[in-house]
Amino acid sequence: MATIIVVTSGKGGVGKTTTSASVSTGLAKRGFKTAVIDFDVGLRNLDLVMGCERRVVYDFVNVIQNEALLKQALIRDKHCDNLFILPASQTRDKEALNKEGVGRVLDELRDSFDYIVCDSPAGIEQGALMALYFADEAFIVTNPEVSSVRDSDRILGILQARSKRAETGGTPIKEHLLVTRYSPRRVEAGEMLSLKDVQDLLGIPLIGVIPESEVVLQASNSGVPVIHFDQSPSGQAYDDVVARFLGESRPMRFLEPERKNFLRRLFGT
Amino acid sequence: MNLLDYFLSKRKKSAVVARERLQIILARERVDRSGPDYLPALKREILEVVAKYVSIDMDQVQVHLQREGNCEILELNISLPEPPPATTGQSMGHSASN
Repeated sequence: MATIIVVTSGKGGVGKTTTSASVSTGLAKRGFKTAVIDFDVGLRNLDLVMGCERRVVYDFVNVIQNEALLKQALIRDKHCDNLFILPASQTRDKEALNKEGVGRVLDELRDSFDYIVCDSPAGIEQGALMALYFADEAFIVTNPEVSSVRDSDRILGILQARSKRAETGGTPIKEHLLVTRYSPRRVEAGEMLSLKDVQDLLGIPLIGVIPESEVVLQASNSGVPVIHFDQSPSGQAYDDVVARFLGESRPMRFLEPERKNFLRRLFGT
Repeated sequence: MNLLDYFLSKRKKSAVVARERLQIILARERVDRSGPDYLPALKREILEVVAKYVSIDMDQVQVHLQREGNCEILELNISLPEPPPATTGQSMGHSASN
């Protein structure tokens, strides 16, 4: 019986798809059979970030409307054998997602998978509501920035009021705060909300901090989830996130600015 | 920013401003969304009763629900219109707690 994880944020461009790609890859690398679903109907991008855009034949909406079987629509990841991607439809609108259809597909996946990662679209409309409705756990992706923090708080309110668990009086969705695009240097200069600020404001447990890094763009450029870049701080930070999610205790890293020594600073290397 | 600016500057760091603004707005939005469902109806009915006796402007009414520990305070603030009565500009406060 799979655990359903939603990756959500309210605000766009904060790193939901990057996180969905890396977290699902991390879970699969540890041996769990994992599916990752793109809920952004009309604006699909998970396929591109995971490098399988040319292998999309059928999509999530095709499966919901019984135009294709689930196993025809699932794309096997090229790096991990036990990771499958279910792409969003590019031609339909968000109303194509409904509770019955999404619930049926998730039920079918639940029997044969360990984890189902739902990559939510931005906003608080149908696609985002459907992505979070069936969730058991939630990653709230937040940038240390005013609009992102406010939108995360809004989405927390929706998780707590309009998810299936909330509506049926079940145990609440387990919430995890993931702070992305964190720049310790700017925090030190007083130009960016600190990790403590974001934690205090949102009041949910922290699962990790992903430092701002050029590698994230390089990863999406090449269609390889950033967690595969295991020499880079962002790749390592995502690996920590997955380990913590699975119950390992790992100290937070990359919270202090990198100190260049005098000579390197002098020569600007 | 040069060194002189740095020492002369009395401005708050922008991150501190951001934190303070968020503290205020999040607190307000959380109250709005955690308010019980009956709040709008309650507000409307109380106003109907008040309107029977005094002519009031619906824009001059504020309803706040505050939570302090186990105690909830419902505050209803109605600004009464200007003359003729001698009670000009008065505010009616009403609080109830449970």
